Amino acid sequence: MSSRAAWRLESLGFPSVFEYQPGKLDWVSAGLPVEGTAAKIPNLGTVTRRDVVTCRLGDQLSAVKARMASDPTSTCPVVNDQGILLGLLRSDVIQANGAKTAEEAMIAGPVTFRPNVALEEIDRYLTDHKLGHAVVTTSEGELIGLAGADEVHRRHAELAAK
Amino acid sequence: MPTTIDRSRLREMLRAGAQLVEVLARREYDEEHIPGAISIPLRELNRATTSQLDKSRPVITYCYDYQ
Repeated sequence: MSSRAAWRLESLGFPSVFEYQPGKLDWVSAGLPVEGTAAKIPNLGTVTRRDVVTCRLGDQLSAVKARMASDPTSTCPVVNDQGILLGLLRSDVIQANGAKTAEEAMIAGPVTFRPNVALEEIDRYLTDHKLGHAVVTTSEGELIGLAGADEVHRRHAELAAK
Repeated sequence: MPTTIDRSRLREMLRAGAQLVEVLARREYDEEHIPGAISIPLRELNRATTSQLDKSRPVITYCYDYQ
């Protein structure tokens, strides 16, 4: 549809026309702000903590453990230099395997979610799968942050009560 | 010929003053749209509705996804 619109604009005499083919879905999936009535409804992006501790593949778990001491998050995303999520370190693994590297100890290819997912949907998923958090990324796999199951549930309950 | 751009380029162009047009139905625009976009549904795209656009600046169209 955006292609036809772009061509139509050219036919109307516009000399410099572009089309953002990935569209609105791509934009909201990246957690970027939107305007409109839906913008007021909290979603997964609203409850996502963005200041989480991360590590690289080559980091030793003893070093990761030291960095995690001041962070309440129970898991540590493993990312590359571009911020792309490569894996996830569970807290019990971090505590017990100090000599290993993140690459050796991580869960590769963890399940991820986009920030535009509804709170109801993510609350149900985390409950059904007994997960403590949701890992939130853009559609390109870039880490946005983590959303704790307790916070998701609390905000969903607030929303449902309105 | 219109040029296809990605999200990164879109953000750059918006910062530089490009005009953004959502071509979905008005109801969908009212619900959620990219900040700064104006609504001109595809079926209403004509000389009259586009007169609000500045021909000297780039215009970017978008809809929901790759449809």
